[in-house]
Formats: sequence, structure tokens, C-alpha cells
Amino acid sequence: MQKKRLFSQIAVASVAALILAGCSSSNDAASSSGVPDVPMMESLGAGEGQVNLVAWAGYVENGSTDPNVDWVTGFEEETGCKVNVKNGATSDDMVALMKTGEYDVVSASGDASLRLIYGGDVAPVNTDLIANYADIFDNLKLQQWNSVDGVSYGVPHGRGANLLAYRTDIVNPAPTSWGTVFDANSPYKGKITAYDSPIYIADAALYLMATQPDLGIEYPYALDQKQFDAAVELLKTQKPLIGEYWGDYLKHVASIKSGGTVLGTTWQVNINLAKGEGTKVEGIKPSEGSTGWSDTWMISSKAKNPNCAYMWINHIASPEANAGVAEWFGEAPSNAKSCDLTADKNHCATFHAADDAYWEDVYYWNTPTEACLDGRTDAKCVPYAEWVKAWSSLRNS
Amino acid sequence: MTISRNARFLLATLLGIGLAFIYIPLTVVVINSFNSSRTFSWPPTELTTKWWGMALDNTGVRDALKWSIIAGLSATFIALLLGTALAFAVSRYDFFGKDVISLLVVLPISLPGVVTGIALNNAFTKQLGMSTGLLTVVIGHATFCIVVVYNNAVARLRRMGTSLQEASMDLGANGITTFRLITLPNMASALFAGGLLAFGLSFDEIVVTTFTAGPGIQTLPIWIYNNLFRPNQTPIVNVVAATLVFISIVPIYLSQKLSTDSSSGGRF
Amino acid sequence: MQNISNTMHKNPKLRLAALLTAPILWLVVAYLGALATLLVTAFFTIDSFTGNVLQIFNLGNFQDMLTDVAYKNVVLRTLGIAISVTIICTILAIPMAFYMAKIAKPRSRKILVALILTPLWASYLVKIYAWRTMLEPGNGVLEWLLGPIGFKSPGFGGPAIVIGLSYLWLPYMILPIYAGLERLPNNLLDASGDLGAHNWHTFRRVVLPLIFPSLVAGSMFTFSLSLGDYITATIIGGKLQMLGNVVYQNFSINLPFAATIATIPVTIMAIYLWMVRRTGALANL
Repeated sequence: MQKKRLFSQIAVASVAALILAGCSSSNDAASSSGVPDVPMMESLGAGEGQVNLVAWAGYVENGSTDPNVDWVTGFEEETGCKVNVKNGATSDDMVALMKTGEYDVVSASGDASLRLIYGGDVAPVNTDLIANYADIFDNLKLQQWNSVDGVSYGVPHGRGANLLAYRTDIVNPAPTSWGTVFDANSPYKGKITAYDSPIYIADAALYLMATQPDLGIEYPYALDQKQFDAAVELLKTQKPLIGEYWGDYLKHVASIKSGGTVLGTTWQVNINLAKGEGTKVEGIKPSEGSTGWSDTWMISSKAKNPNCAYMWINHIASPEANAGVAEWFGEAPSNAKSCDLTADKNHCATFHAADDAYWEDVYYWNTPTEACLDGRTDAKCVPYAEWVKAWSSLRNS
Repeated sequence: MTISRNARFLLATLLGIGLAFIYIPLTVVVINSFNSSRTFSWPPTELTTKWWGMALDNTGVRDALKWSIIAGLSATFIALLLGTALAFAVSRYDFFGKDVISLLVVLPISLPGVVTGIALNNAFTKQLGMSTGLLTVVIGHATFCIVVVYNNAVARLRRMGTSLQEASMDLGANGITTFRLITLPNMASALFAGGLLAFGLSFDEIVVTTFTAGPGIQTLPIWIYNNLFRPNQTPIVNVVAATLVFISIVPIYLSQKLSTDSSSGGRF
Repeated sequence: MQNISNTMHKNPKLRLAALLTAPILWLVVAYLGALATLLVTAFFTIDSFTGNVLQIFNLGNFQDMLTDVAYKNVVLRTLGIAISVTIICTILAIPMAFYMAKIAKPRSRKILVALILTPLWASYLVKIYAWRTMLEPGNGVLEWLLGPIGFKSPGFGGPAIVIGLSYLWLPYMILPIYAGLERLPNNLLDASGDLGAHNWHTFRRVVLPLIFPSLVAGSMFTFSLSLGDYITATIIGGKLQMLGNVVYQNFSINLPFAATIATIPVTIMAIYLWMVRRTGALANL
């Protein structure tokens, strides 16, 4: 129930955020909701012959990596839309790329999607034009990071939780709380890892939310200055415990395998990979819940190939393509029908794809804005640009 | 030469240590291309040739190689034109601001790539409203390649002097004929050396490329970077690197063959 | 064609203009123009909601940079790394280049030059990942090879960054020094020896001053490439970051602040270039 209340608050907050946003961005023609007024596509026409995508590596595979991994060629043949893709290394990269207006479609994580919506860089998506939208899990639709005022800005793609990894042969007893990565007297000092991104500040906030109720944190992406400072302070005390921060999976998995890292934030796919190489490691969702990510396929407001863009989004949400991506990339698929199509029949179970209860206390990445996302109107929250600065500062202090 | 036996021995030892420093990691790259572990764990528990097979099947790497070569050749071509023109101007004429030219050409390579990269990105996409693509990559690469061509050309022009040119002109040849028959052939090896270095710089450049490459163009370093981020494919980057090392024998051999007059051969 | 050629021949100013126009336009307008535009951005700010750049002149970014001790740390750390890399490369490169230029026979000299050039073609990223395998504490290649004689890996951090960058840029130091030494006439060394100078003395008093421009030329690569690097630090830097990381991190979300940080390496390199301008090093690259 706590959860329910929170989300209704968030809905209110979104409206408040929009109004504030409307005031602050005077140069854009803003609708009543405050988001730049971008028209929605009404009906589909013929394809333009190509579509330009910004995507995470591994989301758009045309068989050039592995002849058996291909959900692009069929699409190209069927629709006549040639797919050009640029891989973004980080969410920030993707936002920058979308701002250029050269791309039609982006697979945005939650820490990018709101920025894109408020920046007027993406258009509302007419879900009636996307046949496969109906099969997407309901608890991914019309969420705070992919919609505004009940208007959808994209199609959910896949999701994952940021888990706590530990080497079962070294870490004893097995951890149950994020407290183990913040414990100043940890016996694993120097062998703990954390995700190398400003968004990791939310992980600290999540822990404080559970352990320091006095701070009044309701939502880890809505932190006023006091709450934000407390989270950063916690990360400062954590820093001496850290051996390495990780950004790319290769460094991370290699480190877990060698024992250089025995405890810390991870993704399910990394655990599977390390296990596959014979490493004794497990990933759990601790008692406080966890942060996570849910990606959304969005369409540029300046799309030069809108018809092909819609066709692509419909295609990538189809059970076949969605299953292909989910398995290749290692994430939970968003299409309910995908689970029957994965090569590994346990894929959906491993990644908790259809397990609604599992996702209850997963706080998907979101973009912190000055207007607090948790519904407070009496406070100003710390916007994401400040998170980035604080992270730079923390990493070098 | 009056270098004592001991000193010779010492220098040979230091050279050996230096070469070991250079070649042990390269050997690790080659061995890892056969390492069955996806995360390069050492020592390899099992050797496999499957990464080599996967690399052969991978058409993405061939496309990337193609883009790298196209971008490298185009950037080298532009650098050759601009660098040679500038070298002629500096070594044959006097003009205001001549002293700062050497500073100006060296700037793009001496400022950090990340600064050059974001400056160009900002200028292309935000100020000029251009699309990033092959063109912007080539512009970025050519900018920092000019200096190597320029320096090679200036050095050669200085050594050549002007007497040959004057003789040709005195014998009635016009400017273009003189350039074609006298100046160019004399400069060829220097330009080749400069061009090769320019191509090499462009070929392995990643930072400026990151900020200037658009959709549909992926150079080899960018391809490698992307592959390090996907769980299934990592080891094939070792295959690619090992192959590149072997292939590199060709341009290196060519450069040595063509620059037998060793003082320019010394500069690549 | 003939006419153009004649006109050009008779008019040196026209010829000069023809030669200079394109390169100067390219370097000044395209490159310096882009750079200046970026640096001006340092005085702007962003809309905290959309991340769009607002062209309002202010010094807030510089204030943030100068008041936060973290940025002083990262500048000093980066400078320390760049200087260490340059020193290590110099120490390694001089004897190698000397042997190649003055002792090796012409045939083996060619092979040695080829051996120095080869690693430049293996990808940067692959080489740094190879160093990850080399330095891995506990089961890296180095401990595997040298463990029996008591070697312990320094792990990932500052020393690893210095080793990795030295590895990457060493050839760029060897080659100019080699070229400089090769231009040096042998009889000069002989003369010094005949006058009774020892090897070391000859080296310090005769060779070193003469190859100094080449050394500086090499250091331009080792120093400036290290100063701007961010990828090596990400892969083998452990917890450490360098200036490039901070610029990269802020680039897309807060371009004005990234530009502010970028002024630091630009200033450092400008001072450096100004200092070495008179040594003739710039022509030795």
C-alpha cells in the first residue's frame, strides 16, 4: 500500500513538475502540461526507406555480430526500411545524440527519458499504431519515466534490477542488506564495487530511505539538498571500501572472477556470465529493494523517417524480436508473449519477467529534476546536472 | 665508434628489456585470442579457435575495417594536400605570422583528444547544425594529421634547397612542369612517410572519433569499444588486434622499402 | 593551365595566397573557431530541467571548479601521471634509440624500427585490456611470471595508469629520439672520445644537448596524450579518475561545465607549447 500511495504522489508530482517546467522554459511553445508541445502521429504512411537508431549495444543486431543473432534483416526486407544504428555508451551520450535531431528512434533508459521528454526531443507515441503494444506487461506501461499525464512517450523494452553480487565462497555470511557495501568496518574493504555513474547516488538514497527515516526520503530520485547531501556523504564514507567502480561489464565480470571484487552492485547478466565461467557468485535483491532500469523505445520529435520509426518500434516490441533481444542482452523482456519464444525456457524465470511482485520494490532509474518527483511542492530537489557534478567531485575528492 | 664493450652490453640489455616491455602484452593479446574464457582470465585453462571462427563470420568487423580505411585514406589525402601546401608556403616564402604556423599545426595533436572531440562535436552539431557522419570523422582526423605531413615536408624542403628548382626554371620549364618533374619526385618519400603516419594516427583514433561519428559509420576502434560492452563477443577483439599486428607488417615494410635514404626513414 | 601557371609564376603573392588559403581556413576557422566556441560556452549555464545550454554570461562554473578541492586533486593527479609517463618513456627510450641508431647494424636497425612500429597498429583498447590481464592482482600475467621472485602486482590505480600510458606512448618517444640520434654524425662522438671523454661524459655533454629537441618532441606526445586520456583510467585506474574523465562525464549533461574543466588542459598545453617553442622541438614531431 505504501507503494500505491507513493505512485499516486508521483503522479501529482509529475503535474507539478510540468507546471514548473512550463514556467522555466519560456522559449519553447509549451502546452498546458508544460511539456513542449510536440504533435503525435495520427496515422501511418509508407516507409521512408530507412530509419536511424540510437541504441544500447546489443539491442539492434543484424547478424553482423553472429549470423544467428538477427532481428533486423527480416524487418528490413519486410518494410523496406534500412536500419542504421549508433550505439550510445551512456544515457548521457544518448541524450546528446538525440538532441542533434539526426536520429529517429532511441532506446532510452529511465535516467534519459524524462530529459528527452522535457527537452522536447521526443514525441508522444500513438500506441494505437503499434499493434504489439497490447502485449506489453501492464506494470511497465504509462510509468513515470515513459509517460506524462497519461500520454505515452514510448514503448517499454526490457528491464532489470541492480542486484547485490557476492562471491559465495568468500563472503560469509551471505548478505541480505545493502548495508554490507556501506559498512565502514567491512572485512571486504578494497574488494567492493559500485556502479560508476552519477545515478548510483540513488542507490545510497535507497539505503538511507530504509535506514534513516528521519531524512524523509520517499523516492530515491527526488532528493532535496539535505537528503542529497546525506546520500553523497554516505558514498564518501563508502569510497575507502571500494576497489573499483565499474562501468563496462567486461571489467566487472573479470574482476568478480579473479576475486578482485567480492561484493557490490551488479546486473543479472553479469552474474550469469561469471557463473557460466565457473565462478561461485550469486546476485540477490536485498531487503531494502533495489534500483533498476527499464528502457523505452522513443521517437524523435524531429524524426525524418517517422513511418519507419513506428514500424521499427512495433517490430522491436514483437514477441520474436523482444525475446531475441532479451536473451542476447540478458534482461527481462517486456512483451508477455516473449517468454514462450526464448531459446532458454528458463529465461523469463531467471530474470523475473512476469513476476509482478518481484518488481514492487525496484525503483527504476529516473531523471532527477528540480521539481521533486515524489510530490513535494514545498521543497526544491537537486537536478541531475548537479548529481553529475557531485559525482565528479566525489570520485576525485 | 668509441663505445666500450661494457656500455654496448648494457645498452643491448636495456634494449632487450624495452622490447620485452613492448612484446609481453602483445603476446598476451595473441594468447587470449585462443583463451576459452570470455573475460580473459589467466592462465588460460583451455585453448580454443572458436573466437577466430566467430571473427571470420562477423561481418560487422569487416564493415568497420572498411570505414576505418575509407576515413583514414580520406583524412590522409586532405592532410597531404593541406600539409604540403603549408610546408611550401613556410619554407619558400616570407609572410606575416609565419612564426606561429608551426605552433598552429601542432595544436590539434597536442591538445587532449577529448577537448578536440567535444569542440568539434559542439561546432558541427550545435553551431552548424550538421549531421555527424563520415564527413565529420574525416574533418576531425585530417585536422590532427596535418602536422605529421607538414613536418615531414618542411624537413625535406629544407634539405632540398631551391637550387634544383631554379635550375629547372632556368632551363625553361614553367612552374607546373618543375613541380611535376623535379619537386614532387624529390618529395615523394617524405610525403609517403608523412602520409603513412597520418593514416596510422587516424586508424587507431578513438576519442575524437567517438564525438564525430554518426549513424551508420563505425570505425574499427569504435567497433572494438562497442564489443567490449557486449557480453558474448568480447574475445574476438583479441583476434582482431592480433590480426592487425600481423597485417601491419605490410605498411611498415613498404615504408622502409620506400625510404631507403635513411634520414627520412628514421621518421617512420 | 599555361596561363594560370604563368600568372602564378610572376606573382609570388598570388602563389602564397593559393598555398595558404585552404590550410589557414581549415586550422584557424574550423579548428580554432570550434575551440573558441567551446571555451566561450564555459561562461554559459544550463537549464536545470532540460539540460539545454542557456547563453547567460556568468562565472559560476569557474567558481564551482575553483572552490571544490576535488578538481584541484584531479588536476594535480593528472599532471603527476603525465609527468611520470614522460619521464619513464624518456628513460626507456634513450638507450633503446641509442642502440638502434648507433650500435645496431643497418639490417638489424631496420628490423628494430619495425619492431617499435608494430604495436602502434594493435588497437589502443585491446592493449589496455591486455594490461588488465597483466596486472590483475593474485592471478595476473606478471605475478604468474614473476611471482616466484617475489613480485607483487601494484593492482589497479595510479601506478597501473602510469604503466599503461607509458606502454601506449613509448613508441612515440623512441622514434623522434632515434631520428635525432641518427642525424648526429658519428665522428662527433669519436671526437669527444678522442679528447678523452668517457662514454657517460660524451653522452651528457655532447649527445644529450643535441638530441634535446627530439626529446621535447617525444614528450609532446607522451605528455599531451597522457594529459587528455580518460579511457585508460576507466579500465585500469581502479578508483582513480583523470581530467579527461571529468570532461567526458559532464559533456552531455552539462556542456558549459565540461568546457570549464577543459580550459585546464588547454591552458597547461598552451604554456607547455610556449615554453618549448624555441627549442625547435615542434619541427621534430
